[in-house]
Amino acid sequence: MIMSDAIFSRPTHTFDGMMEECSPSTVSIREFGCEQNLLSRSDGSASFIQGNTSVLAAVYGPAEVKVSKEIYDRATLEVIIQPKVGLPSVKERAQEQCVRETCEASLLLSLHPRSSLTLVLQELHNDGSLLSCFLNAGCMAMMDAGLPMSCLFCGVTCAIHTDGTIITDPTAAQEAESRALMTFAIDSKEHQVMMTSTKGSFSVQEMQQCIAVSQAASEKIFSFHRESLRRRYSKSV
Amino acid sequence: MLSRLKAKVGSVLLPGDEFCLDTTGADTISLAGPSKANKVVCGPGLRRSGDRLLVYKSGLLRHKEPNMFWMDAQHKRYVPAKGETVIGIVTSKSGDVFKVDIGGSEQASLSYLAFEGATKRNRPNVQVGDLLFAQLIVANKDMEAELVCVDSAGRANGMGVFGAGGLLFRVSLGLARRLLAPQSDLRAELEQLFPCEMVVGMNGRLWVKSTGVQRTLVLANLLESCENLTPVQRRQLFGKLAQGAL
Repeated sequence: MIMSDAIFSRPTHTFDGMMEECSPSTVSIREFGCEQNLLSRSDGSASFIQGNTSVLAAVYGPAEVKVSKEIYDRATLEVIIQPKVGLPSVKERAQEQCVRETCEASLLLSLHPRSSLTLVLQELHNDGSLLSCFLNAGCMAMMDAGLPMSCLFCGVTCAIHTDGTIITDPTAAQEAESRALMTFAIDSKEHQVMMTSTKGSFSVQEMQQCIAVSQAASEKIFSFHRESLRRRYSKSV
Repeated sequence: MLSRLKAKVGSVLLPGDEFCLDTTGADTISLAGPSKANKVVCGPGLRRSGDRLLVYKSGLLRHKEPNMFWMDAQHKRYVPAKGETVIGIVTSKSGDVFKVDIGGSEQASLSYLAFEGATKRNRPNVQVGDLLFAQLIVANKDMEAELVCVDSAGRANGMGVFGAGGLLFRVSLGLARRLLAPQSDLRAELEQLFPCEMVVGMNGRLWVKSTGVQRTLVLANLLESCENLTPVQRRQLFGKLAQGAL
């Protein structure tokens, strides 16, 4: 299921009363696609591809939990990120935390107390916007596993180029020559920011512009969620 | 107030979708008419929050008269629910209870007295590793699941230890429910193929036995492939098999 993204525009966004202009040429995301339920032994799985960036996600649970990790009134969520080569390092740990906190906010963990949920994310190829791809793959896998969620979420990465233009869903080359890099997790209900992860220097205006651009891009991903689920269940009616 | 919800029956809904239920009429007690007529019953995947109905699982919205709604999906992990019949594997015997793996987040317990004709003296012959067909009488998120192998009249009613010479395998929960549905096309078509015994647990475990190992394996492969076939494709496959392509 590949959905090609044409350049789309949203002329104005309102933020705290001020109007901001984001020129349509910068609000484009690469082609993205997803395959669900591709692993046989996991409870839910998905692969998510954004351009050349590709991630494989698997969800296990609600399963038995170790006594040391048991929480009496909600499920224990564990996120494991596996890099393409080598062992997980500090960078992966930081990404794990970002993904875990986003998932915890969207999952209804209190419906499965004293159990464990495990989300394993395997990087297959990194061509920029890796954290947003982790978030998207994780959301699709959790949806496939049928975990109770209050809302869906998606990840969008924005890069601010040295000349000040905003690039959504940048490639690795675009990331390298950018002055700031921001990843937002956006919820499907109110299109609000759930998590941010930023690198580099930028002004408040630039950040708000990036949020506006990401919210516009997120609508594309949420409509893709619905379309892909509709295709999946088209057979079983 | 329910028309919007009813219009969505059979379509795909995602977590975060919500519907507004106007409960102003339902809360007032009316002496003249039936006041409970509009009470909405939420099944799996739906929950009430005030006068809103929230979806928390992705899948297809299903409806049963008068006002019962639930989400139907193809999941793999079983979450125990009271009253469901499941296939369990005995994992240990400790004191007066058996621990049984039913595929949920923790093992279920089964008292040795919960068998037909079992007394303190007369213990049932259950070994570790045996398969059991049992019913859940306690299943909620806060407590350990509890099984019984007798019905309310003290009869086995098909439950208990089984499984000599058959094959146990796992399918999705959706397929298990489809097989158990009262008017199941799939089951009717299977019955016409060749004689077989089948035990279906709501936890997605399936046990089949036919005349001979080969036929049992054919049956198991057929059922596993039914997961991703449309009714037309399935009839073609069954037709081929009936013609002797076995």
